[in-house]
Amino acid sequence: MTTTVDPATGPPPGARTAPAANPTLVGTFVALLLRDLTVLRKNLREFLPRTILQPLLLVFVFTYVFPKIGQSVGGAQGSAAFSTLLVAGVIGTAILFQGIQSVALPLVQEFGYTREIEDRVLAPLPIELVAIEKIVAGALQCLISALIVFPIARFVPATPVDLRITWWVLLTLAPLACVFSATIGLLFGTVFQPRTVPLLFGVIVVPMTFLGCVYYSWQSLEPIPWLQYAVLLNPLVYICEGFRAALTPVDHMPLTVIYGVIVAGTMAAGTVAIRFFQRRVIT
Amino acid sequence: MGDAPVAVTEHLTKVYPGGVRAVDDLNLEIRRGEIFGLLGPNGAGKSTTAGMLTTRVRPTEGRAVVGGVDVWEDPARAKRLIGVVPQSNTLDRALDVRENLYFHGRFFGMRARTARAEADLLLERFRLSDRATAPVMALSGGMAQRLMAARAVMHRPQVLFLDEPTAGLDPQSRIALWEILRELHTDGQTIVLTTHYMEEADELCDRLAIIDHGVVMALDTPEGLKRSVGADTVVTVTADGDLDRLGQVLTDRLGTATSAVVAVGKLQLGVRSADGVLPTVLSTAEDHGFTVRDLSVDVPSLEDVFIQLTGRELRD
Repeated sequence: MTTTVDPATGPPPGARTAPAANPTLVGTFVALLLRDLTVLRKNLREFLPRTILQPLLLVFVFTYVFPKIGQSVGGAQGSAAFSTLLVAGVIGTAILFQGIQSVALPLVQEFGYTREIEDRVLAPLPIELVAIEKIVAGALQCLISALIVFPIARFVPATPVDLRITWWVLLTLAPLACVFSATIGLLFGTVFQPRTVPLLFGVIVVPMTFLGCVYYSWQSLEPIPWLQYAVLLNPLVYICEGFRAALTPVDHMPLTVIYGVIVAGTMAAGTVAIRFFQRRVIT
Repeated sequence: MGDAPVAVTEHLTKVYPGGVRAVDDLNLEIRRGEIFGLLGPNGAGKSTTAGMLTTRVRPTEGRAVVGGVDVWEDPARAKRLIGVVPQSNTLDRALDVRENLYFHGRFFGMRARTARAEADLLLERFRLSDRATAPVMALSGGMAQRLMAARAVMHRPQVLFLDEPTAGLDPQSRIALWEILRELHTDGQTIVLTTHYMEEADELCDRLAIIDHGVVMALDTPEGLKRSVGADTVVTVTADGDLDRLGQVLTDRLGTATSAVVAVGKLQLGVRSADGVLPTVLSTAEDHGFTVRDLSVDVPSLEDVFIQLTGRELRD
């Protein structure tokens, strides 16, 4: 008896029991990342405007329009100082927004009505690594948006921006801030339901931006001590202050506090988010 | 085909928060190469059982083993040995049809070139080639289900699980999916499917477990189960009055009756020989003051088996 493979019916009996390939954890992790980057590439037409528009408008109105029409902003230091102050704020906001938009929002959908997550967690990886992959993919997108936004904050203002880059801070802080933001995105993605997403923006993201030391430095809040301490609960404060330290000569909070909170915050938010993630996919 | 079971559950139990015992001390052995069915009404514990075998529902007690791997000791490894077609459409909506397969192959360790080639092969085999670049949202229910089946077998799982695979499909798509499952079966693929359609269970399965309230009520081949009714004919009587008494009267009178079950307002009689039964049933019923509204004769079906076991119909 001869065995032939009929292309119409596939391989002969028994052939299907052999695994097609031998996946490694790293290989599967990278493949999940590739999938996310492919989706990003396919959605570039949505990614670019949603990344560029908000910071562009912010910088344009506050540091181009206001100085041109003589409206004062930036207090005693004047508009030049303000555009320098704002560079860090704009980048920080872009990173945090991206973390939420690229991790939390798709996740809310996948957990919610599409249940796509049920398939993603069937990839041959421990569930924790599926969650961590979401953080890594999100962090990469945060980094991309920071790179896109930087030239806007640097070149749009009508008044000169005083950049003084501390490279070691920039090169360590930028990735940490991106991972931190993507982790916060993962946490929000596991907590919010499709129904409660508007709440995420109205009640969490908006206050975060207004009270996130985007438009003012943390030290300049000294005249309002209760506020200066209250905003310490806001993760965006540390990201903005960190970029302030990395990019400008503006006063900023101590680096040890910035690094300490970002690292500890990432660990804490990550632990909780991964636990919630597991709880959402395993009954 | 090997004799050792390819999947086993040992005392598998799931109690959901709130105390609902969805699956209760389930012991099953799935043989290599068979199509095994879990048949039962909605809420019987079929999907929970499938979930516990596929890393999605954590058992409260007991073990689930697939391909020699304890599913809950090493879920990541178990996931390589299982293919899953879940109840809802979990296709990746951000990708097109071919990409869904391509990336699945990559997740399971295929090189780019292999994943592309395998994806194209599967598209052909599952009759989806002309939709390769369509967004998955544009697929009909039947096509989406076929794509999910293609995705689930792409990494050559030892066991393919399908949870209510044809629920909500039109008859044509249902038959198309059955054909595909039969082809896979011919190739030696072990398949476990849950269903509440008895035609589907009857048509496809080599062996069946009838499940209700998380407990296996009966387990056998479809033919064996139907034989267990102990009759070659089932007479269903719809009549006014006390059907239990009618059942007693007819059993006494007929001699060949093996069972009499009253369920959902009807009396079902299992009868060994159908010859001359109908006139006898009619006259006996009327002699005892029953008005017979409907009378039907059929060979035993899995539905009858289920009614005999539970006193309820399969469909709620």
